[in-house]
Amino acid sequence: MDASALIAVLQDAAPGAQFEAAPSIDLQTTMYVSADALAGVARTLRDRGDLAYTFLADITAVDFWPTEPRFELVYILVSPANRLRLRLKVRLNAEPARVATVSGIWPAANWLEREVWDMFGIVFDGHPDPRRLLMPEDWDGYPLRKDYPVQIRKTPVSSEALQVTAEEFRQSVERDRLTRT
Amino acid sequence: MPDIRTETMTVNMGPQHPSTHGVLRLVLELDGETVRSCAPTIGYLHTGIEKTAEQKKWQQVIPLVERMDYLSAQSNSMAFCLSVEKLLGLQVPERVTTIRVLIAELQRINSHLVWLGTHGMEVGAVSVMLYCFRERELLLNINEMLAGFRLFPSYMRVGGLREDLPRGFHAAVTAFLDRFGPKLDEYEDLLTQNNIYQKRTQGVGVISKDDALAYGLVGPIARAAGVDYDVRKYFPYLGYESYDFAVPTRPDGDVYARYQVRVAEMRESMKICRQALKRIAPTGAYAVDDPRITPPPKDRVYTEMEALIQHFLVYSQGFTVPRGEVYVPVEGPRGEQGYYVVSDGTNRPWRVKSRAPSLLACQALERLIVGGLIADVIAVIGSIDVVMGDVDR
Repeated sequence: MDASALIAVLQDAAPGAQFEAAPSIDLQTTMYVSADALAGVARTLRDRGDLAYTFLADITAVDFWPTEPRFELVYILVSPANRLRLRLKVRLNAEPARVATVSGIWPAANWLEREVWDMFGIVFDGHPDPRRLLMPEDWDGYPLRKDYPVQIRKTPVSSEALQVTAEEFRQSVERDRLTRT
Repeated sequence: MPDIRTETMTVNMGPQHPSTHGVLRLVLELDGETVRSCAPTIGYLHTGIEKTAEQKKWQQVIPLVERMDYLSAQSNSMAFCLSVEKLLGLQVPERVTTIRVLIAELQRINSHLVWLGTHGMEVGAVSVMLYCFRERELLLNINEMLAGFRLFPSYMRVGGLREDLPRGFHAAVTAFLDRFGPKLDEYEDLLTQNNIYQKRTQGVGVISKDDALAYGLVGPIARAAGVDYDVRKYFPYLGYESYDFAVPTRPDGDVYARYQVRVAEMRESMKICRQALKRIAPTGAYAVDDPRITPPPKDRVYTEMEALIQHFLVYSQGFTVPRGEVYVPVEGPRGEQGYYVVSDGTNRPWRVKSRAPSLLACQALERLIVGGLIADVIAVIGSIDVVMGDVDR
């Protein structure tokens, strides 16, 4: 099922939602959906018999800093019954970077959304357990954002955690940007 | 009779527990011997590989991704290479594709052997571990022969393989396959009909077919619950549709069924290996003939100016990959595995995301453990085959 056919089906189920077909080179149907319609569309995708996307393979995000809309959320869905694959994408602005959770629809989304929150700082409204997943809970910043430095060059003091001032942090960001060709 | 005061007890299992396969911490709430709640805590092995990969050139990412899921290194690098090749629009030679199938299946046997050994040991069958590691050693020898490195060979490259097959490769793989069939029977003799093993594993850690899919548990765990989803059959890649093999499934969904599925998978992998080995010519093309991506052979680098320049370009600047995004799923030893790769048209990836089957398996632990006995926790953790390097990345 190609993106335009799928959009026609989904548009009937969710009249208010905005869809946009996207090019794809790996034979996986790719489309954008507006953030406010995500939860409804997700439920339709899972429950309709001719779609039956019962398996959520992955949720991830991409940061396109400094352009806007800054984030793209990517949901990789599989329908084992119909042998279909879908890449559902949501564009999000930097402010506010928030979207409804789908963990009530696919339980697998629970940790995947926590990881996206942890790494990108995207808020999932209604998430049952909105804590960081991989980083320590008191961590500052979101490591996979493009404005987060790769490394801070500083000699650590063995007795205490590495302390970095805001100025040093900005310099590291600037250095990463300049060295990226 | 006076009332007996009872209260639940909270116990930390891990992070330094020998049978949690790395550093996994479970906070268990116990009521006597029954587990009332379970909260897995992960992240102890988080090394930020995805962030590091964004700073590396495309070929330099390969050793990094091999170190995520360290028991299936070559499946990782193969999945990454397939994604990048798709972005580049490369057609790799038929021979390379077949060699990749062979290596991926040997890797699957390798990973399942480590699983079988450690799982057997955890439920009390220590001799199985020694036997499994004996056969795994032969597979590591084959890796060493291929690439000079046993655990993380980095033999896969974008556009093909690092170098041609070594002399004697066919003989080594044939010798392994001839030896391995009877050895597999030997492992089964130790466990399949073993009453103690059955009592410890049957009816333990049960998950239903629908729950397995909803929790994203594809791979052997789902197949042990009756889901026949296998990327090799559903969305064939590397020409898997031309090989004759079955996808073993079991209806029970317990630890014992997972054991049966994985042992049966090793037999199917052997079948695929034999078919692939027949198709591989001892010498031939081992990478695409594209000067932008494949470095020239060393003898030409030493004798020709153009080859030397090309060598420098490939290794200093790398190559650029057209703007776009791609995700190529493959069937790794732990289920669907793949790399979601985004390129901004430069010589470094903009984003590399690994689809980690172990992460979802770890998430489902709570579902599998709660309501069971504390003694079964170890059997269940072993049965889902988590690799903490893949969970935390």
